[in-house]
Amino acid sequence: MTARTLAEKILATHRVGVAESAPVRPGDLIEVAVDRVLANDITAPIAIREFEALGVEDVFDTEAVVLIADHFTPNKDIASAEQAAVLRRFARARGIVHHYDVGRAGIEHVLLHELGLVRPGDVLVGADSHTCTAGALGAFATGMGSTDIAVAMATGEVWMRIPETIRVELLGTPSRWVGGKDVILETIRRLGVDGATYAALEFAGPALDALSIDARFTISNMAIEAGAKAGLFPADDIALDYLDERTAAPVAALAADADAFYAAILEIDVSSIEPSVALPHLPSNVRPVREATSIPIDQAVIGSCTNGRIEDLRVAAEILRGRAVHPDVRCIVIPGSPRVQLDAIREGLVDVFLEAGAAVSTPTCGPCLGGHMGVLAAGERAVSTTNRNFRGRMGSLDSEVVLAGPAVAAASAIAGRLAHPEEVLT
Amino acid sequence: MKGRIWRFGDHVDTDAIIPARYLHTSDPAKLAAHCMEGLDATFAGAVRAGDLIVAGENFGCGSSREHAPLAIREAGVGCVVAASFARIFYRNAINIGLPIVVCPEAVAAAADGQEWSIDLETGCLRNLTLGTEESFDPIPPFMRTLLAAGGLVAATRERIAAGELPRRRAGP
Repeated sequence: MTARTLAEKILATHRVGVAESAPVRPGDLIEVAVDRVLANDITAPIAIREFEALGVEDVFDTEAVVLIADHFTPNKDIASAEQAAVLRRFARARGIVHHYDVGRAGIEHVLLHELGLVRPGDVLVGADSHTCTAGALGAFATGMGSTDIAVAMATGEVWMRIPETIRVELLGTPSRWVGGKDVILETIRRLGVDGATYAALEFAGPALDALSIDARFTISNMAIEAGAKAGLFPADDIALDYLDERTAAPVAALAADADAFYAAILEIDVSSIEPSVALPHLPSNVRPVREATSIPIDQAVIGSCTNGRIEDLRVAAEILRGRAVHPDVRCIVIPGSPRVQLDAIREGLVDVFLEAGAAVSTPTCGPCLGGHMGVLAAGERAVSTTNRNFRGRMGSLDSEVVLAGPAVAAASAIAGRLAHPEEVLT
Repeated sequence: MKGRIWRFGDHVDTDAIIPARYLHTSDPAKLAAHCMEGLDATFAGAVRAGDLIVAGENFGCGSSREHAPLAIREAGVGCVVAASFARIFYRNAINIGLPIVVCPEAVAAAADGQEWSIDLETGCLRNLTLGTEESFDPIPPFMRTLLAAGGLVAATRERIAAGELPRRRAGP
């Protein structure tokens, strides 16, 4: 049996009607048995409509389907309330075990892993492009459309093209204030926004030991911003430690075969990466923040499926502690889940944010996609720890989004312009 | 099919195709009323049934929202031709029965208002305005089956009715 990449190993065990030992050829179309199926309050209503057109009564496994109302929740208007109600009614009628509503819901790509619902070697499909976040745990996780998810809910299967794998070899040790966001922005800068289309990214190399699980979630999360189908990390001790306290189910380490074939290998020395930003209007428009410190901002958003975890809030709080948000800036902090919010309260981080003049919200995707909780007016610019800076993404078509990690976002909130953390700490 | 083309650039993202503020509905007609609004606010009002969208690299990048191809299909667009497509948009389009064609050569000579004809079976694209012709790789047979059935749901419904699916069931 030829050596396999992480993605090939996982897909080989999930093909329907094909022996695990059969060759895994990138480009082949296969039917894949999935372990989890995810949808949210925007994508599930279409998936449910299509599910009901399929002519089946039940979902294939009531434990496997996960419905999380996170985008326009707590509901911002009547129309979005109707959509969340569609999920609620479907979950009750079909006996869906994992349905999460306001109070228990978090941002899906934060909550899902916290609940221990994804394990190394799993295949997860979600009707949300950032489903690839779960690759940090050594799962094959990929975003699809609502119709795919409807079929997956009914049959437990999806069609898929076996992807080529691009290996991203991370070398060196990141310097102070450089986090997972800076690593993935550098990766996207090098690959371009379509440089990994149809491919799986596999992160590897000695720098992995210096990347926490939260940093890895951030990195896997934005694999889609290079066009990738998935962004996988090996399931090593860091991943297994994270899962240990979150699931009683057995978990095992998972790594690519040593001599697997990669379509390309991209080497990145993380020690040379600086705190970075992606300027409008593409996530690949990346440069060191010190080259962009003249750019004023009106809003700073710290949160999202990219950077809404406890480590992100700790970094932001470290910078905001004892300092004040610039009078011309609205700083909005959004914990990614109830547990992150509770931890932030218990650790005193919420005190730090409120004392600095920031607003702290309940978990929601909210402003990332211009939904609510911080929509931009014409002429405004936000620095945001989110994942997309497309034109109009956060509100008016004449507004701008600059992507950054939590350290740069917090420093910029204080300075009133894009700022390197060292500028406000000295 | 034959139609008038609307030319767009590279990296047309799903927020441009259908801004997220309209995603509190999944009604195709309501989505179509805002189709391409992020790039051209006149599009939805002026597009005619059978018109074609022509774009550069990485069309449909960004979110997984199926609302994007739905809005395009419901607006009456017959086909999207691009130099390349983002992965999720590509499969969403096939799944909902919106024909798409990858043909960078044709895109290079595209301009607003040109008349094109496309034969999905033979992989032949004619720029009737310029009198030129390009060929493109026909859609793979598996995906053509989906398109012919009317999309993934229709194709899967047939397999379910035939007793072929679902073949996975959770244990008791």
